[in-house]
Amino acid sequence: MANLAAVVGIGQTKYTTKRGDVSIAGLVREAAANALEDAGLGWDDIEAVIIGKAPDMFEGVIMPEIYLTDALGCNGKPMLRVHTAGSVGGSTALVAASHVQSGTFKRVLTVAFEKQSESNAMWALSTPQPFSVHLNAGAGGYFAPIIREYMRRSEAPYDVGIKVAVKDRLHGARNPLAHLQKPDITLQEVEESFMLWDPLRFLEACPSSDGACAMVIASEDLAEQSPKPPAWIRGVAMRSEPTMYAGREEVSPQAGRDCAADVYQQAGITDPRRDLDCAEVYVPFSWYEPMWLENLGFAAEGEGWKLTMEGATSLDEGGDIPWNPSGGVLCSNPIGASGMIRFAEAARQVRGDAGAHQVEGAKLALGHAYGGGAQFFSMWVVGSEKS
Amino acid sequence: MQQIAIVGYQQSDCVSWAGATNEVELIMPVLRRVFDQVGLANAQDVDFVCSGSCDYLQGAAFAFVAGVDALGAVPPIKESHVEMDAAWALYESMLKIRMGHAKSALIYGFGKSSPGELPIVLSQQLDPYYLAPQWVDTISLAAMQARLMLDQGLITERDMAEVVARSRGNALNNPHAQLSGDIAVDELLAQETYVSPLRKSDCPPVSDGASAVIICTVEQAIEWGVPYAIISGIDHRIESHNLAMRDLTDSVSTRQAAQGAGMADGSVDVAELYAPFSHQEIILTRALGLGENTQVNPSGGVLAGNLMMASGLSRIGELFNRITSGEARRGIAHATSGPCLQHNLVTVVESA
Amino acid sequence: MSEEREMITGIEAPIYLQYKFTAGSAPARFLSQVKKGVLTGQRCPGCQNVYCPPRGSCAACGLPTEEEVVLSDKATVQSFTIVAIPIPNNPIQPPYIIANLVPDGSNISFIHLMSECVNEEVHIGQRVQALWKPEEEWDYAMDNIRYFKPIDEPDVPVDRIGTMPVTGWEG
Repeated sequence: MANLAAVVGIGQTKYTTKRGDVSIAGLVREAAANALEDAGLGWDDIEAVIIGKAPDMFEGVIMPEIYLTDALGCNGKPMLRVHTAGSVGGSTALVAASHVQSGTFKRVLTVAFEKQSESNAMWALSTPQPFSVHLNAGAGGYFAPIIREYMRRSEAPYDVGIKVAVKDRLHGARNPLAHLQKPDITLQEVEESFMLWDPLRFLEACPSSDGACAMVIASEDLAEQSPKPPAWIRGVAMRSEPTMYAGREEVSPQAGRDCAADVYQQAGITDPRRDLDCAEVYVPFSWYEPMWLENLGFAAEGEGWKLTMEGATSLDEGGDIPWNPSGGVLCSNPIGASGMIRFAEAARQVRGDAGAHQVEGAKLALGHAYGGGAQFFSMWVVGSEKS
Repeated sequence: MQQIAIVGYQQSDCVSWAGATNEVELIMPVLRRVFDQVGLANAQDVDFVCSGSCDYLQGAAFAFVAGVDALGAVPPIKESHVEMDAAWALYESMLKIRMGHAKSALIYGFGKSSPGELPIVLSQQLDPYYLAPQWVDTISLAAMQARLMLDQGLITERDMAEVVARSRGNALNNPHAQLSGDIAVDELLAQETYVSPLRKSDCPPVSDGASAVIICTVEQAIEWGVPYAIISGIDHRIESHNLAMRDLTDSVSTRQAAQGAGMADGSVDVAELYAPFSHQEIILTRALGLGENTQVNPSGGVLAGNLMMASGLSRIGELFNRITSGEARRGIAHATSGPCLQHNLVTVVESA
Repeated sequence: MSEEREMITGIEAPIYLQYKFTAGSAPARFLSQVKKGVLTGQRCPGCQNVYCPPRGSCAACGLPTEEEVVLSDKATVQSFTIVAIPIPNNPIQPPYIIANLVPDGSNISFIHLMSECVNEEVHIGQRVQALWKPEEEWDYAMDNIRYFKPIDEPDVPVDRIGTMPVTGWEG
C-alpha cells in the first residue's frame, strides 16, 4: 500500500503576461521559496526536486532542469523532469507524491512553470509537417470542432460557454494571483467579444501567462509536525490514450472517465458532486466546464451544462459544487504550471487557506489536469482528514 | 527497500541514420520484441508505462506523443513521460511499483538524433542568458574537460585511446553496435584531433534508435516464469550547472548516487557506464573506485553507439543481459545527462 | 549615465536550428500518392480500420499499418470551426472554415480547409469533395488539396460518420 503523504507548503507567483523582472530561474525560485516559507522549511529540508513544464520549445531551453538546478537548491540531490504535455503540472505533482508515497523520500519539492513571454508558443507548436495542411490555428482550432460536437449532442444553449467565462473571471477577481482581473465582466461583454474559433469567443479562451507554482510534499510523520494544516493526498491517478484512432470518443474521452473512476475509488468517492466540496479542473476554453462535468461524473451525459446554468459551480451564486474558485485556467495560464496550480488550489481549499476564494468548510477537493488532444489526464483528491 | 526485477530488455540497432523511419516506426519493433521476450501481448499487459525522449532531437514539440501511438493504448493506460534519458523513466516506474500502484512497468526511450546537428542542438541545454547564446556545443565542453585532465597529468592521450580501443573491441560482440572493430591504440593516436584534444574516436557517434525494458515485482516475475535480475538499489544526483564551480576532473554526483544505490555493499563484476567521451569513462571509473575486478562496458558502451534518451536505459538492460546469462553476478549501470556529466544515475543489479 | 538608463530586463537570443525532416515510411508512401493526386489510407491488420493520413501505426492497436487502400477524395464533415484569425502566407481570408473531414473509405478524420461554401450553412454530416491545385503544383504535401467544397449529396447520418465502408454515399 502507498504511504500517506500530504501537501505541507504551497507557493505561487503572481500570474501575468510578462514577468520582465525575473529570469526563468528567478521565476521558479520565487514559487519554490514561497512554498518553503509556507511550510516553515528551508532548502536543506528538501531531499529531492521534481520539476515539470510543457514542451522545451516554449522557452527554447532544452531539459531546463539542467540549468535550474542551482536556482532550486538541488546540488547533490535527485532532480527529475516530467513532461506530459498540458497535463504536466498535474503529473509532476503526482510523480513528486510518488517519491513520498513509495517510502523512498520524506520530503520533496515540486515546481512547475512556464514563461511564455520568453518565446512564441504558437510558433513552437507549429513546425510544419507535410502530411497535414499547415493552418497554424492553435489549440482553439483543434478544440472548437469538438466543442461544436458537444453542443450538437447535448443540445445545450449557445450561452453556456459565456456563462462559464463570466463565472471563472468573477472567481478570479477574488484571487489576487490571478492573471486576468475582471471584477466587472458581464455576459454581454463576453458575447460581444471577438469570435476567434466559432463557437469560441476571445473571452471564452484562456490567456497566455508567465508564472510558476510549487508545493512541498511530506510523509505522514513530518506532515503531522507541520505548522499549517496539511492537505492529505487521498487518491492519485493518471491515464493516457492516443491522440487519434478510429472511433475515438473525443468529446468525453475514455481516459478521463477511467482516470476519474480510479481516483474516486481510492478516495472513497461514489458521488463526486455530493462527496467533493469543490474542484479545480483544467478548463482552458469555457465549454470544457460542462464537458468535464460529464466526463468526471458530476452530471449525467448531456446534462453538464445544466449545472453550469443553474449556478451549481459558482461561488457567487452559492453553488453546491464550486468549480475553479481560483479563477482557473481561464484567468491564468502558464501552460506547464496550469495543472499544478489546479492541484495546489485544491490543496489550499482543504487547508482552509484559500483567502477570498475559499469554499467554506471545504474538506475534500479534486485537482484535475489534461493535455495533448485531451488524451493525457492526471488527477488527485486531497482532504483535510487522512481518511 | 522492495526489490524489483528486470525481466526484459531489447534495443534496436544503433544506426547513423534511421532513414525515413519516424518515431513510432522506430519504437514499435523494439516493443514487439520486448513483449515477446516476456510473453506479453502489448502494453495492456503491464500496469504502467513510462518513456524518455527529447523534442529537440527531431525538432518537433510533443514528439513523445507519437510514442503513445506505438503502445496499443486503447483502452487507456497508466502512462507518463520524462524529458530525460529513459533511465529516469525507469526510476519513476520503480516509485510507482514501490507505492503499490503497479506490479509491472514498460519503460522505453527513443531518439532520432540524425535530423539535427546534435552537439549544436544540445548547446541549448545551457543557461539561456549567459551560455546558450554563445552556442558552446557539447563536444567543445567535453574537450575543455579533457584538456583539464591532460594538463593536470591525470590522464594521457594514450589512456583515452585505450578506452576507445577496448570499446570498439568489446562492441564486436554487440550486434546492435554502430562502431566496432579491432583497432590498435597507436592507430587511434595517429588520427588527427577533431576538437582538440579530442579525436573523433574519443566522441560518441550520433545514433538513431530505441530501447525498452520491462520491470516488475519479484512475485510477478516468478508468476510470468521468465529469467530475471534484481534491481537492489538506484539513486541519482545532479550538481551545479556552473561549470566553473565544479571540479570537472571528478564526478561527485556519480559517487553520491553510487553510495545512495548501495554499490559498495557487494562486489561489482561489471559496470556499464554512460560515458559519451573516452576521458569521461576514466573520470567515472575513478569516481566510483572501480578496480581490475570490474569489467567496464562489455557492450562497448556509448562510444560504440549512442542512442540519446535511451542509452542510460540500455546500460541497465545490458547489465541485465550479463547477469541473466551468468557472466556476472552483480554490477552497476550508470546514466548521465547534461554537459560534462552534470547529472548522474546509478543502478545496482544483482542475480536473482 | 547609468542611473538614467532603463534597466535591461531581457536580451534577444534567437535560436536557429536546422533539421532534415523525415515523415516516416508510412507517411512517405502516403505522400508519394498525394504527389500523384491520389488519397490513400492504410488498414490496421488488427481492427481493420483504415487510417488517413497513415502515421505508421494503428494507435488503438499499436500495430504497423501495411495494406494500402485507395480512397475517394470525397469526404464527410465530422465537425468544424469558423476561424477569424488569418493564416500566415495563405491567401484564404477569415472567416474561413477548418473542418475535421472523414474521407470516404477511411475510419478517421483529418483537418483541412473548407471553401466555396456559405459558412453559416456548413454542418456536421455534410458531403464535400477535394479541390486540387493545378497538377503542375503538386508536391509531397497535403497542401496539394487547396480545400474541400460542398457537393450535392445527401448528408450522412451522424452516427455513421467514420464507420461506413463507403465510396459514394447514396442516402
